[in-house]
Amino acid sequence: MEVARKPKLAVWKFASCDGCQLSLLDCEEELLTIAGAVEIAYFPEASRAVLKGPYDISLVEGSITTPHDAERIHQVRRASKFLVTIGACATAGGIQALRNFRDVREFHRVVYASPHYIETLNKSTPIADHVFVDFELRGCPINKHQLVEALNALLHGRKPNTPAHSVCTECKRRGIVCVMVANGTPCLGPVTHAGCGALCPAYHRGCYGCFGPKESPNPASLADWWSRHGASDPQLVRLFRSFNAYAEPFRRESEAHEQSSS
Amino acid sequence: MSTSASHTQETAILQAEDLPRLLEALHARRYQVIGPTLSDNAVVLEEIRSVSELPVGWTDEQEGGVYRLKRREDEAYFGYGVGPRSWKQFLNPPNLRLWRARRENGNLQFMLDSQEAPKMAFLGVRPCELEAIAVQDRVFLGKGYIDPVYAERRASLLIIVVQCAQASGTCFCASMGTGPRAESGYDLALTEVIDRRTHHFLVETGSERGADLLQEIPHAPATDAQIAQAWEISRQTARQQSRTMHVEGLKELLYRSYEHPHWEEVGARCLTCGNCTMVCPTCFCMTVEDSVDLGGRNAERRRRWDSCFMMDFSYITGGSVRYSPSARYRQWLTHKLATWHDQFGVSGCVGCGRCITWCPVAIDLTEEVRAFQGKVRGSKEKTHENA
Ligand code: SF4
Ligand code: SF4
Ligand code: SF4
Ligand code: SF4
Repeated sequence: MEVARKPKLAVWKFASCDGCQLSLLDCEEELLTIAGAVEIAYFPEASRAVLKGPYDISLVEGSITTPHDAERIHQVRRASKFLVTIGACATAGGIQALRNFRDVREFHRVVYASPHYIETLNKSTPIADHVFVDFELRGCPINKHQLVEALNALLHGRKPNTPAHSVCTECKRRGIVCVMVANGTPCLGPVTHAGCGALCPAYHRGCYGCFGPKESPNPASLADWWSRHGASDPQLVRLFRSFNAYAEPFRRESEAHEQSSS
Repeated sequence: MSTSASHTQETAILQAEDLPRLLEALHARRYQVIGPTLSDNAVVLEEIRSVSELPVGWTDEQEGGVYRLKRREDEAYFGYGVGPRSWKQFLNPPNLRLWRARRENGNLQFMLDSQEAPKMAFLGVRPCELEAIAVQDRVFLGKGYIDPVYAERRASLLIIVVQCAQASGTCFCASMGTGPRAESGYDLALTEVIDRRTHHFLVETGSERGADLLQEIPHAPATDAQIAQAWEISRQTARQQSRTMHVEGLKELLYRSYEHPHWEEVGARCLTCGNCTMVCPTCFCMTVEDSVDLGGRNAERRRRWDSCFMMDFSYITGGSVRYSPSARYRQWLTHKLATWHDQFGVSGCVGCGRCITWCPVAIDLTEEVRAFQGKVRGSKEKTHENA
């Protein structure tokens, strides 16, 4: 991005837990450099200063869950040159997309005393379902090194180095013993996008799929293997239905096992 | 197995209780000793400082996609098969910085990372793994293309082979001609003999260095009966192997099978996770990644293990040329078993069985090869080869 003035950075929040924005604040040493390299124009979580758009880089956290947000994301898009979605909510609908598999109105009746005050959409959807997204940064939450890498790449006009291959690759490069083969622990690593550095397998747990489906994922083959090793359909539904439940490859797999279990 | 023995070869008996002396002799010569040890429910290769760190009394059960540690009934030092890591971890590290650069006052300064490596001794190299190192030698040290990282580590390497006394559930070295007995290419080779009456190693020397080392540790001459017993152990190991691969005419068969429907069938099972290439002791592919810090002052270049199962691996302008999983599996299998011969004059598979054990969905190359050979019972694709 060849601009003489410092590029303006904005950070936007939609339906989310703030965890991904906090990854930016968590960058500590790098944060000062980031602050030096960009002008933080809109970042309510960190600063009250609000500069007017347009913005060179917009980081968007959260999913679209209300009619109001479905409008607001278009304003953000119009005000942004480069729109980067960060985290599972923004890239896949997040954990709140679990409602996409149920009847939302029924939840309203059960949870709220005055359900008619609630204005919400039936589904929680990723930003890319609404506007054009220039780059997606995966994770629940995102990895701060990947965030710095993505910003860095944008500032230097190159492609971010955030490989879309399996978590297994990171796992094996670290020399971690595979928890699935050695312990029989179900692990989503073979179908999950790299980025965490195989955090869970390093602590003897199976991958939960925080970074969503990898390039060319094959959840059906993995699920088939698990079911031949004793996993029930409801267990398979739960394995694929978490932070990235609504990402298409995971969604289709969980739905397949829901149908066969009902 | 050929029967020729090098003229320098000596054989001797080392009592099991004297095994620590071997380690002491290596440490006295300032070797960093790498060997098998238990970690995270598997036998892995790591630096070891004493024989007590070896997986004494343990064994493993291996099947496609399954690995389990089990107690043995004896206290054997080397009573297990190959684990998830291979020696390439140490000869071609998975993640290595090559250089750094710094920009100061408009000047670029490059700092090459020293590739000086510790002098390493590998203890417990299996015959198939010795062959795998020989295969990687052809890749990294062959015909004018010398990789300095590998060369530096390889030059001072001392190799102590342990002949396999039992086959693991997935290995098939006998049919690949790479084991279960190594006859040269090592400094020392040990055959562990353990029963109610004795626990000793038959030691064979394979180099001057190995012979010198033997002189420093307690040993006795081996009797003909002891030598015969060690060879019988190897023959028995070969008989135990449940998997085989028929390599005759395989290269030509694979070259004729590019359009075979079986690629789609295996592609539907394959997760393109890359585990098979990462655990394979001969796979050598790596990628190079540059990074720059935010201020644009410091840059570095790293090299990392790569795999033909990744989309980026075949990325050229416009996209990846091996887009489908079946195309990627075809690349892996044909490279291992066919194009490798043309490239390096040997097979890219030494029959260690790792890719079978550590594939999360148990894809077994010996089975896949059988499908192309039309030997799968009830296979619909049986007749394709003759078509
Ligand atoms: S532990 Fe999980 S991520 Fe690691 S290699 Fe095994 S399946 Fe892949
Ligand atoms: S292809 Fe498989 S069996 Fe052959 S050497 Fe590689 S990991 Fe071992
Ligand atoms: S099989 Fe794949 S990863 Fe292995 S050496 Fe060949 S191209 Fe490289
Ligand atoms: S053959 Fe197995 S280990 Fe190799 S990429 Fe496919 S699923 Fe992964």
